[in-house]
Amino acid sequence: MSRLESALADLRLADTLASRDTALSRLDPRAKIVTTIAFLFAVVSYERHTVVALLPFLLYPVALASMGEVPWRWLARKLALAAPFAVLMGIANPVLDRTPMEVSQGVTMAGGWISFGSILLRFALTVTAALAVVAGTGMHALCAGLAALGTPRVFTAQLLFLWRYTFVLGGEGARMATAREARGGRGSPTLAVYGSLAGHLLLRAFERAERIYRAMLARGFDGEIRSVRTLRWSPRDTVFVAGWVAFFIAARAVYLPLVLGRLLTGFGG
Amino acid sequence: MSDHLVEAIGLSYAYPDGTTALDGASFRVAPGESVAIVGGNGAGKSTLLLMMAGLLEANAGEVRIGDVSVTPGSRDLVRRTIGFVFQDADDQLFMPTVQEDVAFGPLNLGVSAEEAASLAATALDVVGASHLADRPPYHLSGGEKRAVALAGVIAMGPNVLLLDEPTAGLDPAARRRLIKLLQAFEHTRIVATHDLDLVLDVCTRVLVMEGGRIVADGAPDAVFRDEPLLARCHLEAPLRWQG
Amino acid sequence: MHMADALLSPAVGGVMWVASAATLAVCARKVSARSEDRLVPLMGVLGAFVFAAQMINFAIPGTGSSGHLGGGLLLAILLGPSAAFLVIASVLTVQALFFADGGLLALGANLFNMGVLPCFVAYPLLYRPLAPAGSSRARVGFAAVVAAVGALLLGATGVVLQTVASGISSLPSGPFLALMLPIHLAIGLAEGLATAALVLFLAKARPDLVASPVPVRRRSLAGLAVAAALVAGVLSWFASPRPDGLEWSIAHAAGTAELKAPESGVHGSLALVQATTALLPDYDMPAAKVALEEESPWPEVNAGKSFAGLVGALATLALVVAAGFALGRRR
Ligand SMILES: Nc1ncnc2c1ncn2[C@@H]1O[C@H](COP(=O)(O)OP(=O)(O)O)[C@@H](O)[C@H]1O
Ligand SMILES: [Mg+2]
Repeated sequence: MSRLESALADLRLADTLASRDTALSRLDPRAKIVTTIAFLFAVVSYERHTVVALLPFLLYPVALASMGEVPWRWLARKLALAAPFAVLMGIANPVLDRTPMEVSQGVTMAGGWISFGSILLRFALTVTAALAVVAGTGMHALCAGLAALGTPRVFTAQLLFLWRYTFVLGGEGARMATAREARGGRGSPTLAVYGSLAGHLLLRAFERAERIYRAMLARGFDGEIRSVRTLRWSPRDTVFVAGWVAFFIAARAVYLPLVLGRLLTGFGG
Repeated sequence: MSDHLVEAIGLSYAYPDGTTALDGASFRVAPGESVAIVGGNGAGKSTLLLMMAGLLEANAGEVRIGDVSVTPGSRDLVRRTIGFVFQDADDQLFMPTVQEDVAFGPLNLGVSAEEAASLAATALDVVGASHLADRPPYHLSGGEKRAVALAGVIAMGPNVLLLDEPTAGLDPAARRRLIKLLQAFEHTRIVATHDLDLVLDVCTRVLVMEGGRIVADGAPDAVFRDEPLLARCHLEAPLRWQG
Repeated sequence: MHMADALLSPAVGGVMWVASAATLAVCARKVSARSEDRLVPLMGVLGAFVFAAQMINFAIPGTGSSGHLGGGLLLAILLGPSAAFLVIASVLTVQALFFADGGLLALGANLFNMGVLPCFVAYPLLYRPLAPAGSSRARVGFAAVVAAVGALLLGATGVVLQTVASGISSLPSGPFLALMLPIHLAIGLAEGLATAALVLFLAKARPDLVASPVPVRRRSLAGLAVAAALVAGVLSWFASPRPDGLEWSIAHAAGTAELKAPESGVHGSLALVQATTALLPDYDMPAAKVALEEESPWPEVNAGKSFAGLVGALATLALVVAAGFALGRRR
């Protein structure tokens, strides 16, 4: 059960992070969404053995995390938690793909190791960028941005309700499990116990939904959820989007590390 | 202002599973009156309030506000006239921030976004919760949630306020603040509660419910002296009388 | 099993995104058209339930391991496929955003594998026919288990197809599938048992809630079949320029130097990728490719270049770190 509790604590923390006033949180959520999508596509568009050419893209998550004052330890912890999956999916590469490839003069590596490294780097890039944006934006602004970008209202309302009541229902679930443990329940419950535990939680979910619906009706709900929240696009947002997209294009077009290396070592090319 | 007059006439209701919750409840509340509905768990208080707000349809009987009968057809009028503060504020506060939540009701009444925002600001000020405006409701304390839920209802400018167990789960300070707010509200108030001390502070009249029926109706001072009645209804004389 | 950004090519990720986004749009329209206001809070709260329930494990009898609910099938049983898809999509989205489960590009694939397949394939084609209205409890339980297993196996196949079509991982499809299917058979059994337990619990406690399954119309099934065929077709179109993933890795494993065919395969698909994503022409020069033979677009391998590449990589990293510090200072 600690899993549920720690997940809730995690969500709450993300919410707290997003509620601070930072350079990142002040940006229009649409700007952050659009730029991050461009970033994701740029990163994943590289060939499978790409490692070094991806390095300049680290700048984006790093900049986001700095602008959003996202704690590095938090990012690192989330990254580590999600990492096993990427490792699992890539670990077969070194075994399956042994074609030698020259990495530097006289140094060759199995292609599989290089593509494995590429998977890990892609993973780190995409995950940290997404996490930093979320921590610097928050669920509510994100939903407002998604709605403004054309996501169906039913879905953004669904996301907001889910977010809101995860704290309530998750809390109820955690308390029920704690009560079970307090009465000596240990380890995972059997299926019968689970059916009753989760079943009661499901029943409460239905009752809760009914009460919320009534409360909404009492305040004039007619099927549409209206909000006074408004989004404002400022020149800062334009600069953010244009600047980063230009950078992604440049990094995609020019092999930046090699250019840099040549400048530094004086070898012409 | 005849539509302040609230009337229940022979209300009966059974839940779909067969439980009888109301069994012929009748009473009349005059404009500006502050009335308590007391009774043990399951006496039918919440069901009665839901029906008065037009959120449940009676099997028999009717609710009237002024000369209008509360039916699905009169829903709009009822929404404007009656404000309902639910027992569990988590059921009521569903919008991302306190300000948006308080503005939800006014927006549904068709006012402009600016007007709704200003109504919300005023209502938050009334309940002393202006500083919470940008917070998400789920990070608030119980007392703060209750205050915000009340603001969300006040912002709609109701003539009649229904409150279901408003002090349940509040600490003494939050309870005291809520009582002050209720005393200050000038319109009709109908409060379902177990908190008989709150009744003494806020209400001029009390209805006692038992088994879906109104079994007593009178001034709190008189009704709360009837020990056998209180005992039968799972109630106890107000704490301040016990010392 | 979540699909991950790191394993997806933009083409496959994009196709899956389009497929899932289209499903989402259709479902949103259908649910709005049902104009059942009470669905709004109900869907939200059930999403929160699934989110919480996924983290409550139960012991699987006789195995010593534990399982948990996935939720897609349960939601379809309780809400009907369209509303269920919106709910499970919201859960997966929050998980992708806040727990980095899968990632944003992979979200399209994950919505497809864990949302579209259980809601629009397993529920109407397995669960409903096996457990029509008025079925006995045993029958409902059996149908839930069969449908859950079916959904999970389909989902696992989806993960394999998407991975192989992307070509980022070297996992060959055959062995990969052989690895994935048994695992997901077990996960599916667990999910089925959990779903059955919940549906039966609810049927007993509140029969009114499960009494009226939302009918599935034949027309929407036909539409779905067409959509599925389209997705499969497009995916295989992307996958086809490369020789079958299996051959590709066998060639590598055998150490044969026949890099020509596969290489052109990679470029063939890369060209498609670029056509799709409208990014700049492919100038990327991974250090690794420097070693490739004559037809490599970066033919001469010389000391200078490799050394420069190494220095450049380190310098890039140093710059990124410095930029991070500089930005951090400025605030
Ligand atoms: N949703 C429901 N379904 C079935 N029975 C209910 C429901 N809500 C309340 N009841 C029953 O109706 C009766 C009156 O309940 P309620 O109005 O909530 O009483 P009170 O608010 O005075 O505690 C009780 O017996 C209760 O168990
Ligand atoms: Mg009650």
